[in-house]
Amino acid sequence: MNNFQKNKLIDHSFKILGMLFTFLGILILAILIYNIVKVGYTRINWTFLTSLPSRKPENAGIYTAIIGTLDLMLLTVLFAIPVGVGAGIYLEEYAKKSKLSSLLEINISNLAGVPSIIYGLLGLGVFVRFFNFGGSILSGSLTLSLLILPIIIVATREAIKAVPHSLKEASFALGASKWQTIKNVVLPSSFGGILTGIILSLSRAIGETAPLIVVGAMAYVPFVPQSIFDTFSVLPMQIFNWTTRPQQGFAIAAAGAIIVLLLITFVMNGIAVYFRNRWQKKLQ
Amino acid sequence: MKYKEKLIENFFKFCASITIFTTIGIIAVLLFESISFFRDVSIFEFLTDTQWTPLFSEKHFGILALVSGTFLTAAIAIAVALPIGLTIAIYLNMYAPKSFRKTLKPFLEILAAIPTVVYGFFALTIVTPFLQTIYPDLETFNSLSAGIVMGIMIIPFISSLSEDALYAVPKSLKLAAFGMGSTRFQTAFKVMVPAASSGIIVSVILAISRAIGETMIVAIAAGQQPQLTLNPTVPVQTITSFIVQVSSGDAPQGSVEYKTIFAAGLTLFLFTFTLNSVSFWIKKKYQEKYE
Amino acid sequence: MAKETAITMIKIKEKKIDSKKVEDGASKDGAKIAIKDVKVWYDDFMAIKGIDMTIKPNTVTAFIGPSGCGKSTFLRLFNRMNDYVEGFKMEGKIKLNGTNIYKDKINVEELRKEVGMVFQKPNPFPKSIFENVAYGLKIQGIKDKKILNERVEKALRQADLWTEVKDDLKKSALALSGGQQQRLCIARTLAVEPSILLMDEPTSALDPISTAKIEDLIFELKEKYTIVIVTHNMQQASRISDYTAFFYIGELIEFDKTKTIFTNPEKQQTENYITGRFG
Repeated sequence: MNNFQKNKLIDHSFKILGMLFTFLGILILAILIYNIVKVGYTRINWTFLTSLPSRKPENAGIYTAIIGTLDLMLLTVLFAIPVGVGAGIYLEEYAKKSKLSSLLEINISNLAGVPSIIYGLLGLGVFVRFFNFGGSILSGSLTLSLLILPIIIVATREAIKAVPHSLKEASFALGASKWQTIKNVVLPSSFGGILTGIILSLSRAIGETAPLIVVGAMAYVPFVPQSIFDTFSVLPMQIFNWTTRPQQGFAIAAAGAIIVLLLITFVMNGIAVYFRNRWQKKLQ
Repeated sequence: MKYKEKLIENFFKFCASITIFTTIGIIAVLLFESISFFRDVSIFEFLTDTQWTPLFSEKHFGILALVSGTFLTAAIAIAVALPIGLTIAIYLNMYAPKSFRKTLKPFLEILAAIPTVVYGFFALTIVTPFLQTIYPDLETFNSLSAGIVMGIMIIPFISSLSEDALYAVPKSLKLAAFGMGSTRFQTAFKVMVPAASSGIIVSVILAISRAIGETMIVAIAAGQQPQLTLNPTVPVQTITSFIVQVSSGDAPQGSVEYKTIFAAGLTLFLFTFTLNSVSFWIKKKYQEKYE
Repeated sequence: MAKETAITMIKIKEKKIDSKKVEDGASKDGAKIAIKDVKVWYDDFMAIKGIDMTIKPNTVTAFIGPSGCGKSTFLRLFNRMNDYVEGFKMEGKIKLNGTNIYKDKINVEELRKEVGMVFQKPNPFPKSIFENVAYGLKIQGIKDKKILNERVEKALRQADLWTEVKDDLKKSALALSGGQQQRLCIARTLAVEPSILLMDEPTSALDPISTAKIEDLIFELKEKYTIVIVTHNMQQASRISDYTAFFYIGELIEFDKTKTIFTNPEKQQTENYITGRFG
């Protein structure tokens, strides 16, 4: 075999390896989903969704976890969106290239890399203890808000950056002030991108477990929270709790809850991708 | 009018400054409780003792036992994710047809979107039993299974970021290599990967940082026994899973057990902070080079 | 307030928004621009090296010169669009009907309602045709549907676009052709009723037919506005302008009646440029 043939062979082998690895990733995804559905599908029914947790695995449901997740997300949206979008606007439109903005930039990029469990410790120290909110929905959602803030800020900045400069100039030239330009031109044009970022960040928040464990979300909450100062459980907490139990019945329940959680996650990601594509098309 | 404009600007400024307060808050909380912790436990013991038993009656506070578990699982994860992720990145960039790339990438990215608690369940109930059929001595809780699954989760990080780095290499370089008769393989490894090396390094550093801070997979599948070992078949405890263990229990505020999670958290934060800073620094330097 | 007086001084006329005046076609006059020893830097780079010039009301003045000669920078001084450029620094005075527009007390937003600008590439907002033209009015707080309708129609008529779009006012402005889009941008600017119209190579992205339409339009508009136009196209300058200014590397080489510049320029550099020997 001469040199040329040898090179050709290496080239071709690598191509096949690359293909294999790419499909391996997708194959693992398929195995994961298949196995979980195989174990958990028997639990997917109305009773499971509307039952309270129980000491007996076959009676246990995810009602409180779903309500807890919904409450938590609602509050998180309320805190994180205005602050995240506002911070993104500030960095992109007001603070360009100042000392403060480069400090903010380094800081945000660092926050994005802080492990989620550290946010849990922050929430424990500040919200649970210092402000004395306890292991409540309020503490949990504030903690998650801080956790997803960098994602929303980065997405907002990217989306605003994509707005053509000529549109802003046109608005200024017509006598619009900065805020009028942001409100009437920049935000409408970047809406799709910002929305995509928000949905992706929420899909991340919905699956978070570790920071909530630290903040004190309880795995066993036999009642539905009545106020934002009540303790709560969420879907991933419920899954974690059932996974750590030795009985096979709880593993089945956990798989059932995972199916629900994955469905929510996939749907949210799907919506986000849809909005992103539509927005990118519109931008061109 | 001007007043309203100023008010709005200040509101946005306040939003942005919340991120600064977050960082200050993290450091303050970790330091405050850790300082209190180090009044009870000497830093020397913390750094040199090889046992970690704060929840037992005979307490030892050697963080090394947790650090070793943390790095063992992270190393396994990187050993899985780096070759696979990088190969996928090169394949998608150099070999795969455009349409292929466009449909495959979102699928791979789903891997990163799956909640980690789901991966933990997967590792414990599916991967470990499977590995036990190959290697029966594998214990129910072990770092191998947790590490492998963590690696799978990290694949899209490395493949996506590395592919971006490869994509940013000027097309002329690629064409020049082809023009001299290089195969795609030669072009990839002799031209593209070296040219994109800083971006690839950044992706690996971020992946390591991610693996070190990952919590739920190790908390579920790697066990709760802190030990200074490199054996991947036995249970270990990571910094993160220790924090989960204490938080799931009922450590009263002010007790040593309660304070340990902040000292452990501070250690973890220092690791990830260093890694993130290094990657940020490389990224900045590399951006300047191309501008 | 001092600010208010400064503004009123720029204003040629009280702009009371009552519908009667709109119907009258409220004739307006252009303003006079006096430029005194203006210098501009971008960081350390000196882009304008000391220029004096007076632009007469109700005339069309063309700025010509090779790329990078500073003519666009100079034009953008008149509505302070350079304020957003990183490292911009300016010295000297620019007076609009006697008011220095670079005084601290000047309200830039008010200034820009007086000094409209049309850009090189058509840049309509991704909104409907109506919303584009009404944009400048709405941000002034005009909400009355009737007034908006009237002013939009008037502006579209002035820009010679009304007959083409009157049935599709709700359609997206992006669906228009390039030439129509540029006339829409002109209409959008006119709707605010400025007294000065700045045009930064307004036809460079258009086909010859659309260009001709816009040139006709400029000719009509000078009755009511002072127009300053940057152009790369020498024929265009000679066709539509009353005065022409030739710029070269940040300096004003020659400024005179267009006829003089094109038939009997004083400076050799000017002649070289207009005869196409460099540029």
